[in-house]
Amino acid sequence: MEYSEIVIEAVSTLTVNKLRTFLATLGIVIGIGSVIALISLGQSSQKAVQTQIQSLGSNMLTIIPGAQNTGVVRGAAGGATTLTFDDAQALKTSTKITAVKNVSPEFSRRIQITTGKNNTNTQILGVTPAYEEVRKITLTYGTFISQKDVESLTKVAVLGPQVVADLFGQDSNPVGKMVRINSQSFKIIGVTVSKGGTGFQNQDDLVFVPISTAQKQLFGATNLTSISIEAQNENVMTEAQDQIGYLLLARHKLNDPSQADFTIFSQNDLLGAASQVTGTFTALLSGIAAISLLVGGIGIMNIMLVTVTERTREIGLRKALGAKKKIIIFQFLIESIILTFAGGLIGMILGIVISLIIAHFINVPFTVSINAVVLAIGVSGAIGILFGWYPARKASNLQPIEALRYE
Amino acid sequence: MIQLSDVSKIYKNDSIETIALSNITFEINRGEFVAIMGPSGSGKSTLMHILGALDLPSAGTYILDGENVSHLGDDELADIRNRKIGFVFQAFNLLPRTSALKNVSLPMVYAGIPKTERFVRAQKYLTMVGLENRLLHTPSQLSGGQQQRVAIARALCMNPAIILADEPTGNIASVQADEIMSIFQNLNQQGHTIIMITHEPDIAEHAKRIINVRDGKITNDGVDHKQKKLISKFFP
Repeated sequence: MEYSEIVIEAVSTLTVNKLRTFLATLGIVIGIGSVIALISLGQSSQKAVQTQIQSLGSNMLTIIPGAQNTGVVRGAAGGATTLTFDDAQALKTSTKITAVKNVSPEFSRRIQITTGKNNTNTQILGVTPAYEEVRKITLTYGTFISQKDVESLTKVAVLGPQVVADLFGQDSNPVGKMVRINSQSFKIIGVTVSKGGTGFQNQDDLVFVPISTAQKQLFGATNLTSISIEAQNENVMTEAQDQIGYLLLARHKLNDPSQADFTIFSQNDLLGAASQVTGTFTALLSGIAAISLLVGGIGIMNIMLVTVTERTREIGLRKALGAKKKIIIFQFLIESIILTFAGGLIGMILGIVISLIIAHFINVPFTVSINAVVLAIGVSGAIGILFGWYPARKASNLQPIEALRYE
Repeated sequence: MIQLSDVSKIYKNDSIETIALSNITFEINRGEFVAIMGPSGSGKSTLMHILGALDLPSAGTYILDGENVSHLGDDELADIRNRKIGFVFQAFNLLPRTSALKNVSLPMVYAGIPKTERFVRAQKYLTMVGLENRLLHTPSQLSGGQQQRVAIARALCMNPAIILADEPTGNIASVQADEIMSIFQNLNQQGHTIIMITHEPDIAEHAKRIINVRDGKITNDGVDHKQKKLISKFFP
């Protein structure tokens, strides 16, 4: 008995009732399709978040006010007002701090800004010139905030490309024009290069003003919402973290690190947290998809049981003419494997197309995971064997006399 | 060729025992044409199942072509059926949507005969039953008599020890039935051993020997045609 012939015969049997074959595979198509789409999308967004966080620099530390609580991603960061400009100055000037290269004190708040004609809700970020270096800001037009601007509380602003697009239209050069922030006129002196971004913070939807202007003229505050630190290099991150921590504890007159009223975290901390979140989501969604795959498998088993019952006489005849058990098992098993395999293949293509379309719309890089493809092919084959086994066994155990008598 | 000694078949259903065959003993030699007759419920179907290695006797021994098949397993029985028995069923039992050529090839597929040889042999036997122009017809494109001739070609293709025909003309119009019976007679003249199960006396008349079964026992075993006629009055 040549097994290749049974395979060909199984294919021709399946093409007899095309609608039934199609409906039987549909469960697997949907199951595999959603698994592939979700895994691909999960990996794409994970990659996007990682690139974004890494683009901020691997030697970056961020200090935010408020006690450390569980996890790094906290709600309403900056609610506490324990960080001051003097803290930032101390970090820069203290002789005990050796691992730090640059210190960028920041004050940020969301506010409505307007040109008179157009307006937009955006993030105002009060900064010093250090920000440009720490965050690797480059400008399309004009210049960044200068030390002189900070010292003399100048009303100047540097706009992110998204803000420019919202207020003046895409790709226009607004340098020299005026913008009103909190009823005060600011002169636009520069536009930053697009950094792109989704997720945590859109790097393009920002307006930079001198930190002194932001604190005193706009919001009447004395605290900082964050301090960005550039360490000397990637290898001294822990050292930098310790030095900053002890200095700030001393300045805030705290003895115990557990009482710290500030939190220091690195990009790696953020990366870990973000990966964990997207990883959990991917796992969760894949789990749901796997359930649909299980349902699809049960559908295959159901249709194979119907097929076995329908073809009882045929099975009886084949056994009467000399077909052994394993031949009958193989015949029916191969049918269910072809069903699930074809379903898996179609589902895989469908999943890739869906994830391509979604990746395009939510603007993340498209990746097809080889793992997901191997998984899809393996799992669909395995489902065929798993759910085809019982009906095939049932067929092979039919007694030829009873099967031939069956009407 | 065939030796049955003290063969019994008892069906057990819950606590009720039904005796289908009791102590059947007979021999059939090579080249015989035997009809097994009996009314429904007589045990002739059970006898045919045992002769066809489709079922095992509860007691006694059955030796087919020198092989004891009384205690074989499912797969070994399948092998015996494949090599030694050519079945012709009342309902033809051809695979639907499958050409005559492929239907005839089926037992050879299970015997592991290479594809080209299968088709050469299938074509030879289909020509023998007069269907050389119907090789690629499917059963639905053939008349009842033609379908039964395909089935006979299928029974012959493995060159079996016996041809076992179960009411071979039961589903066929009488003109075609005569054609089928003359094919069986020709085959018998060529030396094939044929066992035919029927309840129609005029069909049984084609056989050289008639075994009558009633209540699981052989009531008559002989070649007396007058007696056949007499029996036909009681079992019309």
